[in-house]
Amino acid sequence: MRDPLVILQALVLIAVSPLVTGFIRKLKNFIRLRKGPGVFQPYYDLAKLLRKEEAVSRDTSWVFTCTPYIVLGTVLAALFMIPAFGPGISFDSAGDLVALVFLLALGRFFIALAGLDAGSSFGGMGSSREMFISSLVEPVVLLAVFAVSLAAGSTTPRAVASVETLKLSSLVAAGALFVVTLAETSRIPVDNRETHLELTMVHEAMVLEYSGRSLALIELASHIKQVLFYSVIAAVAIPFGNYAAKMAAIAIAVAVLEVSMAKMRLFRVVDLMSFSFVLSVIAVVISAMGF
Amino acid sequence: MQLLGVNYTLLTDPLSLFFLFVILLVSAPAAIYSVGYMRGEYGRGKKALLWALLAAFVLSMALVVTSGNALVFLVAWELMSLASYFLVVIDHRHERSVMAGTIYIVMTHIGTAFMTAALLIMSNYAGSFDIAAMKAASASIPANIKDIIFILFLIGFGTKAGIVPLHVWLPYAHPQAPSHISSIMSGVMIKTAVYGLLRFVFLTLGIGPQWWGNLVLVLALVSCLAGIMYALMEQDLKKLLAYSSVENMGIIMLGLGASMVFMKMGMPALAVMALCAGLFHLLNHAVFKGLLFLGAGAVYKATGTRNIEHLGGLIKKMPVTAAVFLAGSIAISGLPPFNGFVSEWLTLQAFFYGAVNSGGSYKIFLCVCAALLALTGGLAAACFVKAFGITFLAVPRSKAAQSAQEVPLSMKAPMAFLALMALALGLGAPFAVKYISVIAGFAMGVPAGEAPISFFIKTNWIAAAVLVFAASCCYAARNRRAAECNTWDCGYYKLSPRNEYSATAFSKPLRIAFSFFLMPYSKTEKIRDSFYHVRSFKYEVFTTPVFRKYIYAPAVSLLFIAARKLKKIQPGSIHVYVAYIFVTIVLLVIFMGRF
Repeated sequence: MRDPLVILQALVLIAVSPLVTGFIRKLKNFIRLRKGPGVFQPYYDLAKLLRKEEAVSRDTSWVFTCTPYIVLGTVLAALFMIPAFGPGISFDSAGDLVALVFLLALGRFFIALAGLDAGSSFGGMGSSREMFISSLVEPVVLLAVFAVSLAAGSTTPRAVASVETLKLSSLVAAGALFVVTLAETSRIPVDNRETHLELTMVHEAMVLEYSGRSLALIELASHIKQVLFYSVIAAVAIPFGNYAAKMAAIAIAVAVLEVSMAKMRLFRVVDLMSFSFVLSVIAVVISAMGF
Repeated sequence: MQLLGVNYTLLTDPLSLFFLFVILLVSAPAAIYSVGYMRGEYGRGKKALLWALLAAFVLSMALVVTSGNALVFLVAWELMSLASYFLVVIDHRHERSVMAGTIYIVMTHIGTAFMTAALLIMSNYAGSFDIAAMKAASASIPANIKDIIFILFLIGFGTKAGIVPLHVWLPYAHPQAPSHISSIMSGVMIKTAVYGLLRFVFLTLGIGPQWWGNLVLVLALVSCLAGIMYALMEQDLKKLLAYSSVENMGIIMLGLGASMVFMKMGMPALAVMALCAGLFHLLNHAVFKGLLFLGAGAVYKATGTRNIEHLGGLIKKMPVTAAVFLAGSIAISGLPPFNGFVSEWLTLQAFFYGAVNSGGSYKIFLCVCAALLALTGGLAAACFVKAFGITFLAVPRSKAAQSAQEVPLSMKAPMAFLALMALALGLGAPFAVKYISVIAGFAMGVPAGEAPISFFIKTNWIAAAVLVFAASCCYAARNRRAAECNTWDCGYYKLSPRNEYSATAFSKPLRIAFSFFLMPYSKTEKIRDSFYHVRSFKYEVFTTPVFRKYIYAPAVSLLFIAARKLKKIQPGSIHVYVAYIFVTIVLLVIFMGRF
């Protein structure tokens, strides 16, 4: 009974993932008193990209060609490892939350290589910054995962999701995860998805050489990754309640934050990540005290 | 067998056999590789010398891990150090080789001195150099003497293992040897130190108070972070790999330290798991570091340079080397589906379960250890994106890289074998871990079968499936129409390799973020035609080698000052020397009479 549920959950999440991005964009425009594109715009973008012919730099190698599939593959595999809709709706033997971090890192490893592959300065800069930020993100994620898992006694998603009560340590850990998620999903104040010209870009610089179908795959992967992270935060922070409502709350928080903040200088990101690291240490301390 | 009162029995317990397996697993491919590597590189006589030294080196390592007598162990250890010293300086025309060799031989003998002291103290209690007798007598050693022995062993073996701050020789010596030797040195030789710790501390001396384990944990963490940070800053491919060995030895020592701590906290099953993680990482590191050094050697053979700033684009010229190097890079970054992931994951799990089962501040300490290990993993991934990306991707940055050619089959086959081993150890991890936990159980003195690794996951298979999925998608889409174009250059239309991101630039964010430790400084040099026109611009960036500058340089200068002072007692006059001899004899007579 569980297996079809997990697959159904994964399919639903894939289907709605562009909608979450569209929703956040719409919200941001609403706050800025602009009209903006409709919430379904990400779907139209994907459809358009899939139809377009690809332009591939002649300096690239097979690493560049394979990467979109690997990136999409890793996030799709990760979808089966998180119980989004409720406790127990995940394949436990697929891996625990620690393995999830490593699996996503595999996709990042390849996308960073692809950034270097075409030999442009943009791509190299993007890869360099992405690996820099991600190496700071990793300990925070792990510590937050440990903080919520300590009470459950296991790092499997099922055990983590089975903690039914609201816990202070989980809330703090979710806070740390939220900050990290901003970095992982290339949001302000760490990165800006809307800019395409400035030297400030991170993720967009890395995938600058991609076009057509490959770009569509990468875009879809980042939509899914975003939903993945939001789902983890939702499951960790408040272990009960309506999934859609929690997701909407997170999306609203992200949108408000993006509108009200400016992008940070790259080296200020270190401070932000240190802050979230401290948050997750606090979460572990609270968890050790038994709250 | 007895001769000169020394027992030459060889040990064949699980621990010795495991290390023997690791030695042969890396040495055999490296030996085959050397056939192609030495061709055209060395003359006839030197080739013969290299083969003889290689044989001596591998056999002495085998003797180190099997000897049942501490004296034989020490002799084999010294043989191993000497053989590897000669291999480091074999390219003696390079000035750097001689310096690297000197640093190596000095450091390794400092280590041996500490080890010898520890073994002498132990044999004094046992009345014999037999390891079995030492073990039997270890109960009679008082606790404070045990502490001293442990510290002596830790310094002695830590020097060989390259534990920070005793790592200084490693980044000089390992890169300077011929590549197949580097791969054996980094892959296997430094692991004999772990064997020594397990044999003499775990099995013979017995695990002491908890601070032993804590000390090992802290040193291991420092090694992890310092090693990977230096590796990130390195532009020399083989030096980068050597620094990353420091990091990986740290990860192995984390397993060892955690197992000591858990044993003292009364969690033997968890201790076995932690040691199992450490030993599995030891095996894994032997495989992928062996592979990466062979790959770096192939790059050196094809281009004549080890500086990655002058490489690039090799993936098209050397597809097989590139593929196996990529496999090694993924494995060493601890990513699935390769073997490095499993051992890092196991180490993290050991920390997690340790934290679950311990209380209070120790819980937090173990969690922070795990977080720092995760930071190390993240930095390692960044480091190997740089190492692989700058070396193999984009456009060649020099003529040498432009005209590189794939290496012969005798070099490709051993690398491919090791890459397949890395994958096999990843996918077959539950199988491998089952055996290694028996070895870990033996080393901890806990009966096998208690190892609690029942919660194994299939992330490796999933990641392998993702890679296969990607490959088949690419294969299916190989005939899709795609417009070939130039790399986007903002309409400049004159993109050259000089526009590419360099390795120095790649690591710049980390250099700035960790400037408190790396202390970078830069030099700029402008050559001007006139006030307005700069003809050439030179920018160099350096990082301060903290340990060398603040520990070793003062120590060496102190040594020289002391030597200069002591020189005064050697005036060259024969009368004074006769007086010395007389005084010594008188003192000895008094000494003999009193004691």
